[in-house]
Amino acid sequence: MNSASSVLDPKTSPTFPIAARATLGDTQLRKNVRHATEVIQNKRARVVGEMPDWQQLRESGRQIRQHTMANLDYYLEEFERNCTRAGGKVHWARDGEEAKQIVTSLVKASGSSEVIKVKSMTTEEIHLNLTLEAAGIRTYETDLAELIIQLGHDQPSHIVVPALHKNRQQIREIFQREMNLPELGEKPQDLADAARKFLREKFLRVRTAVSGANFLIAETGGVCIVESEGNGRMCLTLPETLITIAGIDKVLPRYEDLEVMLQLLPRSATGERMNPYNSIWTGVHAGDGPRSFHVVLMDNARTEVLADKEGRQTLNCIRCGACQNACPVYRQTGGHAYGSVYAGPIGAILTPQLQQLHHAQTLPYASSLCGACYEVCPVKINIPEVLIHLRNKVVKQKGILNPEALAMKTAGAIFRSERRFRAAQRLGRFAETPLVRRDGNGEGWIGWLPGLLGGWTQVRDLKEMPRETFRDWWEKRGGGGK
Amino acid sequence: MAVASEVSGGVDSSTARTEVLRRIRAANGGAADGERAARQWSEIERDYRRTADLSREQILYLLEDRLHDYDAHVVRTRESEIAATVARMLTERGMRKIMIPQGLDPAWLPEGFDFAADQGASSIELDGFEGVMTASTCAIAVTGSVLLQNVPGQGRRAVSLIPDYHLCLVRVEDVVETVPEAFERLRPTAELPTTFFAGPSATADIEMTRIKGVHGPRFLDIILIE
Repeated sequence: MNSASSVLDPKTSPTFPIAARATLGDTQLRKNVRHATEVIQNKRARVVGEMPDWQQLRESGRQIRQHTMANLDYYLEEFERNCTRAGGKVHWARDGEEAKQIVTSLVKASGSSEVIKVKSMTTEEIHLNLTLEAAGIRTYETDLAELIIQLGHDQPSHIVVPALHKNRQQIREIFQREMNLPELGEKPQDLADAARKFLREKFLRVRTAVSGANFLIAETGGVCIVESEGNGRMCLTLPETLITIAGIDKVLPRYEDLEVMLQLLPRSATGERMNPYNSIWTGVHAGDGPRSFHVVLMDNARTEVLADKEGRQTLNCIRCGACQNACPVYRQTGGHAYGSVYAGPIGAILTPQLQQLHHAQTLPYASSLCGACYEVCPVKINIPEVLIHLRNKVVKQKGILNPEALAMKTAGAIFRSERRFRAAQRLGRFAETPLVRRDGNGEGWIGWLPGLLGGWTQVRDLKEMPRETFRDWWEKRGGGGK
Repeated sequence: MAVASEVSGGVDSSTARTEVLRRIRAANGGAADGERAARQWSEIERDYRRTADLSREQILYLLEDRLHDYDAHVVRTRESEIAATVARMLTERGMRKIMIPQGLDPAWLPEGFDFAADQGASSIELDGFEGVMTASTCAIAVTGSVLLQNVPGQGRRAVSLIPDYHLCLVRVEDVVETVPEAFERLRPTAELPTTFFAGPSATADIEMTRIKGVHGPRFLDIILIE
């Protein structure tokens, strides 16, 4: 699939069924995705199994997030107050456009025409790099996976491991070409060493950094970022100016709440007992780290999600990606098919809501509702429940005259009446006759159905309706079946 | 609170702020109340483990085991033998030029090495050191994490980040079993720059293979002081 050259924007992306057909044909991609998701799933299962209190942690995590959303205005104001008191500067953005304008002007004001970036799905969501580049600001992604994506002119396909669709040979080719290293080996260690050399010079030179945030702490005004490689620490510590952009959903009430989140997140995300590095800082600290620190609090339709009683639990997400690794759909299609930087089950509920259902209406259907995502979610988001809720909204939005709504309405009317139900069965047996083909055992199969029903027979055969229903048989026995 | 109207990139932050808060309150059916929020927060169920189950010796063993798992080298020593142990570790690693933060106990420093106390060295100067030696705030056995804060003996964050080798000293009385115990200790100094590390820097971004050493220190030794 050639999603590589275009940005993952739900407004312009093809629908999920069309995009998925293309990715399903890419056997290399499917092999890479299967391998990566299997490895993470197994690691996660092992370290989650070590925790006798995992379910209690999940329940606390759920309650903390739910409580935060119910008091979001209070905690954001508290965060702002405390961050400001500690020397940080807090900015507010109603949408992605405003956030991008603010960041661009802050970078310019810092006097730098380059930025080093910590991996941030929030900046991917608003395509910040495109705006910065258009303003003449060079961006360097410093997370290894994000660097692979950036140098490969590719798009992220997973919220934690964005380049999991690439294998070592593909990464080597990208590095050979983009870093001008024709002799580069293909051992993962060689590739990591090349990234270290390539980026160290940037870390030591570039004076402005842009980051996302894992958590904002209202009580202290602090920010927490978790990572593995040390690129985060470099960006958060060495530059003179640090600009952190965070969705308004990232706030936590108190410092103590981190003790829950920092147990749930690493085990769910990468199958580690703790991330190799966590950084927590508060405003500006004299003689340690950036002298100028900005936080941009971005709404970008999160308040629309908050306003939906059933959908709002989506905001509890802490971006661990466990649902992606567990999802039988994602594991086949990979992330690009979702047409959004948020792929997999969480993307299937988050993206359409962030688009206020104007786009990405097929995503709530990109699920078999098996519930594996709900089971692994560290904050117990009932993703299947939200998927069904969104399907309902999509159907309603299309109006009462759309074929699916009409079909469901008709089915409802038939199932409500025994007389109509029997008539429909008779009609069905009659109507199917020309479509039924016999196999070697004399069993009847339908391989093609017309119109909307054709979706079912596209990938499987349907058995013909039985000659005699259970009711018919029961009645034929007479005497109430005795 | 009063916020001066600030314009960044043509965006009036105070207008945006008012609007975002209005939307949240509309979605939540009204403004949140601080006292009610505090009460509700205290009612959140916290039935997870918050205290140690293991004996002191088991906790230390668990920490060592976790750190080994991350390819860190761990040794134990007594207070009186710290300098000798440091000398042995540095010699084994072939290290001479070591950065130390302000306030590191001078009794820990053996003769025969080139220790330089941090005087606000630039990033490029720090890059010229082979290693760094610091104390620590505490360590968590269950996760194999060691915690640093900006206090004497641990210093600013860049110092323990840029050199490629980190020798970190941990007092056994600062080793806790669980994550919540560590947060209880950190609470009074929550606002200091704080770094957790669990092993040398690592990545699993290439085919989910754990590769040691990307940007942070690639080599890590821990001395546990009994």
